[in-house]
Amino acid sequence: MMRKEIRIAGFGGQGIVLSGFILGQAALLDGNNAVQSQSYGPEARGGAAKSEVIISDEKIDYPRVTEADVFIAMSQEAYDKLQGDLKERSLILIDKDLVDASSKAIKGIPFTSTADKLGKKIVANVVMLGALTAMTGIVSKDSILKAIKTNVPKKAIEINMKAFEKGYKLGGG
Amino acid sequence: MGLREDYLKKFEGKTYFWLGDEACAYGGVFGGCNFFTGYPITPASEVAEVISGELPNVGGYHVQMEDEIASIAALIGGVWAGARGMTATSGPGFSLMQENIGYAIMTETPCVIVDVQRSGPSTGQATKPAQGDVMQARWGTHGDHNIIALAPNSVQECFDLMIRCFNLSEEYRTPVILLMDGEIGHLRERITVPSLKSIKLKKRKKGKKKDLLFGGELIPPFKEIGDGHYLHVTGSTHKENGIRDVESQKVHEKLVTRLYDKIEKNREKLVDLEEKWMDDAKIAVISYGAAARPTEGAVALLRKKRKKIGFMRLRTIWPFPREQVRALGKKVKKIYVPEMNLGQLSREIERFVDCPVVGIPKIGGIVHTIREITTAMERS
Amino acid sequence: MRHKYDEKKIRRVIGEKVQFVQGDASAVYGALLAGCSFFAGYPITPASETAELMSKLLPKAGGVYIQMEDEIASMGAIIGASWAGAKTMTTTSGPGFSLMQENIGYACMTETPCVVIDVQRSGPSTGQPTEGSQGDMMQARWGTHGDHEIIALSPNSVQETLDLTIEAFNLSEKYRTPVILLTDGEIGHLREKCVMPEKGEFEIIDRKGPTVGRDKYVPFQADESLVPSMARFGDGYHVYVTGLTHVEKGYPSTSSAEDHDRLVRRLVDKIEKNRKSITMVEKDYQKGSKIAILAYGASARPSAAAVRKLRRKRKKVDFLRLITIWPFPNEEVRELADRVDRIYVPEMNLGQLVHPIREAAEGRAKIIQVPRIGGPLHTPKEIMDAMRKKA
Repeated sequence: MMRKEIRIAGFGGQGIVLSGFILGQAALLDGNNAVQSQSYGPEARGGAAKSEVIISDEKIDYPRVTEADVFIAMSQEAYDKLQGDLKERSLILIDKDLVDASSKAIKGIPFTSTADKLGKKIVANVVMLGALTAMTGIVSKDSILKAIKTNVPKKAIEINMKAFEKGYKLGGG
Repeated sequence: MGLREDYLKKFEGKTYFWLGDEACAYGGVFGGCNFFTGYPITPASEVAEVISGELPNVGGYHVQMEDEIASIAALIGGVWAGARGMTATSGPGFSLMQENIGYAIMTETPCVIVDVQRSGPSTGQATKPAQGDVMQARWGTHGDHNIIALAPNSVQECFDLMIRCFNLSEEYRTPVILLMDGEIGHLRERITVPSLKSIKLKKRKKGKKKDLLFGGELIPPFKEIGDGHYLHVTGSTHKENGIRDVESQKVHEKLVTRLYDKIEKNREKLVDLEEKWMDDAKIAVISYGAAARPTEGAVALLRKKRKKIGFMRLRTIWPFPREQVRALGKKVKKIYVPEMNLGQLSREIERFVDCPVVGIPKIGGIVHTIREITTAMERS
Repeated sequence: MRHKYDEKKIRRVIGEKVQFVQGDASAVYGALLAGCSFFAGYPITPASETAELMSKLLPKAGGVYIQMEDEIASMGAIIGASWAGAKTMTTTSGPGFSLMQENIGYACMTETPCVVIDVQRSGPSTGQPTEGSQGDMMQARWGTHGDHEIIALSPNSVQETLDLTIEAFNLSEKYRTPVILLTDGEIGHLREKCVMPEKGEFEIIDRKGPTVGRDKYVPFQADESLVPSMARFGDGYHVYVTGLTHVEKGYPSTSSAEDHDRLVRRLVDKIEKNRKSITMVEKDYQKGSKIAILAYGASARPSAAAVRKLRRKRKKVDFLRLITIWPFPNEEVRELADRVDRIYVPEMNLGQLVHPIREAAEGRAKIIQVPRIGGPLHTPKEIMDAMRKKA
């Protein structure tokens, strides 16, 4: 059975929950099962935000992450608080611009500055999704692009596609 | 001697022919009540009527609110301002109060809520008594919580248990419910007012600046608005100093577990029941409130016929006296439970005993007759 | 002007057949498919998403959406609208559910079909708004005063939320009673694959209308089904609706013990005597098991994972999942207690259903509770660790 557990964490306003949602939707388009949950505080901006996605080719019973296969930290606080519950060979992906963490096991990619260079910091999460897709193949490129397109405003599709491609390249794809 | 003592001394040692509702009102006053908020509803209105006349005599206040929700809210506010307070209602009003009762539990506000039960559900039959809110007293409000609820079976007990309610509410910093019923509430009986000296009132334990308002010990001391403390009172999950923190699992677990344990860990102290004829009992009957009157009569009658039946009457309904009931269940072959409802406390009893439990339910507003109970017992 | 079930419109409004949505959303789809045409509610985390989506879709499907001034008004409105003939629903969480208790009792007493969704959150009081819990299970049964019965269902997935919302409407119409859907912040906010059922894959039950003329109609007279036929306001039948004890014609009878006894017993028997068709559970038993897990709703998810892991280690374990919570599945629990020595009950509360479970088990098995409060679901490991306890 292929059960993959992904945890994405950061602060409110970064699109953490949306990213999880897009990932889940993409998994469904691939014909797999997916479950997405989140936890956040009552603040609309700031505050900790976390999204968890389980992808499986079988029925998913326990809908939360027990040991993440992939942990993505988009803020220092998120990295500091949530780096437990990982498997031995988990992929740890951090936003190099916002998170200070040194270890060979950690892959740092400058999501925020890459997005900034494209003109919109807010697409940092899509840069991240691009990198994630390239590095893990956990969802197909086709499906996640479809999922992104249906979840961003029409006029923003172009910049989001660019952001994804940048991330994909940075991820080695 | 103050205004209050001067006035109350007039009642000392005297015997009266009061309604249960009246005795409840006086019991409240003697229990230290100086604040009543309420909304009229049969068969509880007499409590408000009597107490509204008496409270000014002891320096207290009565406020009739626009509805029951406002009543319980005003009660909570008044207590935080230093009052010893109560309200009185019946089923429909008790249902309306559930959200704020949860708030009183969460904020550890000592107060007394009298529910003079009537035929339900809904508006049912206003002038007909029942015991239909027993389970509601335990589970009416949402979320995990514990509660103390007492049930008097005589006019004298309405008086005595009101004093106990006030004392328990202060001791455990929690709302306490008096589960009366329209039968006892509207019954007139002889009641003797004890001497003021014999009534021990539990003084409200007040905290100093360094004390935590919502932690530090199992039952933290209270602090009143106007005492000069910095107070933060919220129904949301909060830290020990009262400041809201709804994100930490540990904070919530610690708080809610302590609220629960306040009563749970003191179960045995809170048990209050009466047992008769248990020594050689092979069968037992458990009852409470108005139904306990004919029940005791029925058991006495069967005893005369040499039947080995024991009688247990609960005065504290919640927390439920599970150890005592469990022990009883091991001793006897069968337990009967006459109730003025379709079977509520009988379920709770069933949980703790392995012997068969036979409910003797009755609804429609008329207390069981002794014959109804003996017949039901003989039948099964 | 009466609502007509327009299947094409509803399908168009719902959209795609397969969606990745939250439980709060799938409840909306279930309601629309069941024929819900009136929603009145008041926002509260974690139920607000249902109201939000309802406000968008219900009018497009030909229904009416109103945000009321509070939860009491919401409950009042859905009762009124139901008497006007609509299939009605509201959604709330603990604090709102507490506020609704008086009117829920009124709906029971007046035999008003309606659906109340309680998306449970950490309590008591305002507690933790964004944390799911199973803290209102006993309240669903006993929250309102007086003797009454209630039907309550508990879904454990987004798909089941949709399916059970349809079931809730059907049960409320069939038995003329409010039905509570006890979900929680976990399932309500979880996103999962949800498949819209096709026409024919689910039933739609409508309340029985009067079968006699206006002069012969007796509004609260029931046949052997114990459920009276229900006339709608505006159809020309004389209907008197009161929460007071009433006779079959509907008029108050506040002094007669016989009238009260007859009415309230029928209200209770309506549901009690139809247990078999209301009770839904999911059994997954293994021959020779000595232990079992009994769970419901959100806590059934990690329970299922624990069962899977235990069986992988060749440990035999029975698993019973309650779908109908009230009336409580006494028989099914007793049957399980006969099979095993110990039943573990994980609940997201300090122990609530464990009480009726003990009652039903009648001492035939040890009941061991596995409570958890204040935050997310039990982990499968927590449940498995707790199962090492023998008492």
